Amino acid sequence: MTAPRPVGDATRPLLSVRDLTKHFPIKRGVFGRVTGQVRAVDGVTFDVAPGETLALVGESGCGKSTTGRAILRLIEPTSGTITFDGEDVRALDSTGLRKLRRRMQIVFQDPFSSLNPRMSIGAIVREGLTIHRLAEGSAADARVRQLLEEVGLRPEYSSRYPHEFSGGQRQRVGIARALSVEPTFIVCDEPVSALDVSVQAQVVNLLQDLQRDRGLAYLFIAHDLSVVEHIADRVAVMYLGHVVELATVERLYSEPIMPYTQALLSAVPAPEPGVKRERILLAGDVPSPANPPSGCVFHPRCQHPARDAACAKIVPPLEEKAPGHWAACIKQPPTTVSWEQQRDAGGTNPPEFFLPRAALHRSA
Amino acid sequence: MADDAGLLSVRNLRTYFYTDAGVARAVDGVSFDVAVGETVGLVGESGCGKSVTAFSIPRLIRPPGRIEAGSEIFFQGEDLVLKDEKYLQGIRGNRVAIVFQEPMTALNPVFTIGDQIGEVARIHAGMSKRDAWAKAIEMLKLVGIPAPEQRAGEYPHQLSGGMRQRVVIAMALVMNPALVIADEPTTALDVTIQAQILELLADLTRRLGTSVLLITHDLGVVAENCTRVIVMYAGEVVEEASTADLFARAHHPYTEGLLGAMPRVGREKDRLATIPGTVPPPTSWPEGCRFRDRCPYSWERCAAEHPPLYQIGGGHTSRCHLADEPERRQHPHPPLAAQRGATAA
Ligand SMILES: Nc1ncnc2c1ncn2[C@@H]1O[C@H](COP(=O)(O)OP(=O)(O)OP(=O)(O)O)[C@@H](O)[C@H]1O
Ligand SMILES: Nc1ncnc2c1ncn2[C@@H]1O[C@H](COP(=O)(O)OP(=O)(O)O)[C@@H](O)[C@H]1O
Ligand code: SF4
Ligand code: SF4
Ligand SMILES: [Mg+2]
Ligand SMILES: [Mg+2]
Repeated sequence: MTAPRPVGDATRPLLSVRDLTKHFPIKRGVFGRVTGQVRAVDGVTFDVAPGETLALVGESGCGKSTTGRAILRLIEPTSGTITFDGEDVRALDSTGLRKLRRRMQIVFQDPFSSLNPRMSIGAIVREGLTIHRLAEGSAADARVRQLLEEVGLRPEYSSRYPHEFSGGQRQRVGIARALSVEPTFIVCDEPVSALDVSVQAQVVNLLQDLQRDRGLAYLFIAHDLSVVEHIADRVAVMYLGHVVELATVERLYSEPIMPYTQALLSAVPAPEPGVKRERILLAGDVPSPANPPSGCVFHPRCQHPARDAACAKIVPPLEEKAPGHWAACIKQPPTTVSWEQQRDAGGTNPPEFFLPRAALHRSA
Repeated sequence: MADDAGLLSVRNLRTYFYTDAGVARAVDGVSFDVAVGETVGLVGESGCGKSVTAFSIPRLIRPPGRIEAGSEIFFQGEDLVLKDEKYLQGIRGNRVAIVFQEPMTALNPVFTIGDQIGEVARIHAGMSKRDAWAKAIEMLKLVGIPAPEQRAGEYPHQLSGGMRQRVVIAMALVMNPALVIADEPTTALDVTIQAQILELLADLTRRLGTSVLLITHDLGVVAENCTRVIVMYAGEVVEEASTADLFARAHHPYTEGLLGAMPRVGREKDRLATIPGTVPPPTSWPEGCRFRDRCPYSWERCAAEHPPLYQIGGGHTSRCHLADEPERRQHPHPPLAAQRGATAA
């Protein structure tokens, strides 16, 4: 299987993630006996190009944050490779990791718990400058003021504490902290999910301005598909630890291929009164990642008319269905899993393209 | 007030909290109606008073909070403000039910969900333990929980977030209430589960004629589910209209701002409009128009005169002097909050 490449000219990716896996042991009893594994991230592959925004979407618990944290090695991956700017991230020692975190930063979802309540916001923003010995004394003070201004906070606020600020303002502090070390890549883990729509718009605009001015690349983790459509260049859809679809925003919203993506898009509320969207209502709940279904992890809930016994047997590869459009489904042609293979696995329905109207948001 | 279709009629509701920082006028003179079988949306940013309004209706406000004298809450013709606790207990969970944002706060972790749903039937309908258990299973089936007989014996932590929210809805509907107050019932849920829950609520209102007050900050949810919308800002109703009218002809600059800030799938990707600044603290609402600092049209009159709810026509009201001087809309300027630095604390 060739790995998904960024669309457009084949520039060298800034970040390459290959077959990334993170399993958490399930421990029981007083001796902490390991009785199983939560397969939080299970073979995730994607690239991020310089200056690009790749969105990572999917339902709660599907492994988005774990992926983001594993890339920065805030948690240790179980297996897989992570290459950042040509460097093997998993091979780095602690000195190497510290250097890496100058170029790769993270902004967290919860603006209320991600800032140390006992540090002034000036000290929070300044910390990175000190750790990476980028500035000291009055030069550092000046830099902190400049960063606060850049994210739309008044420099006089630097002596105030996080509790004195609103959610949107705290999120700006988190962004200023990430920017302080001048990274080229930021993992944004649901940076606007906790915010009101009005404040969300301010933070989204800020992230876009910073990207334009500094050429930043983002891995933008989110569950709001309207925000994602607005901010992302490409989108990776996750389900139960797997990337099940990866495409440009334009393609994903006009021709979603993987049946799970289709259901997800159909669930987005339409902000047009009187327009009642058709819905693909998924049966049941997301299964536990401690005990994922066999074959295609989506098969117990899939609405594809050709779904059959082969879906429960064969793990669908993430394959390029159209230029730059990757999806994991053996029933959506073209597929490298031949009809013979599918029949041998008990398949009864040959692949046939399926795109319900309910899944469409753009008249393309 | 007590017109024929009127189920709920809130008049001049004021709910204040007496805190160390001063008097928080969280809800400050709110009036609205909900008719039988109607789903009304209540929207606004965090801290605008939506939840306090919701909690005030079945009189669930606890000290230091207080519903002020002069407030009226007519429910099925009776003013709840004048009723004693015994009467209110007979109403809550029976004729008025609340669905909270976080299902875990509404569920007791040490009882099975069957016991908790059944409890409502035992209290309000005097059912036997056995009948109540059967009722619980019937309700779980109604809200689409698979294998309800088995699930009834499980504890809240054994369910997913979406299932817990269905259980809370099942609990709310046991007594076939006339009014369901749903406070951000889907905010903590994923979009696919949200679609399922809203579909379920809509189906139940169609079949049982229940009225719903749906509190949300998602205007997409409002567009799809509500016939009418009430917009709150700084403890007041600032605009009210039919959903179609509100989206087509929003009058209040605050509503305009909320609509502009919302990214919409399938639309051209302009830069998102923003509302600079934030909701002021409820201990010190600004004089004059409370939205003035964040408004791109404000002029002298807005500082001097607190705007009344103007009639725009066709049941559409707006608390904005532009109703009186529409030509002012031709001259927008950067709001004060933006001039001071977008995010002044
Ligand atoms: N118990 C209380 N004591 C003091 N102030 C309170 C109390 N409860 C609410 N408030 C204040 O009343 C105002 C309105 O609160 P409310 O929770 O109704 O807002 P909301 O619009 O529903 O916000 P959110 O969307 O965050 O729930 C807020 O400023 C809040 O801080
Ligand atoms: N420290 C941990 N121990 C055990 N399970 C975990 C841990 N962290 C995450 N998980 C599990 O991994 C899965 C993915 O989690 P996460 O990446 O946080 O999801 P999300 O997509 O919501 O960000 C979930 O099932 C979660 O419960
Ligand atoms: S592989 Fe089968 S079960 Fe999986 S998405 Fe495709 S049709 Fe559905
Ligand atoms: S009254 Fe004045 S300040 Fe208030 S919303 Fe209308 S124009 Fe803006
Ligand atoms: Mg997460
Ligand atoms: Mg609330």
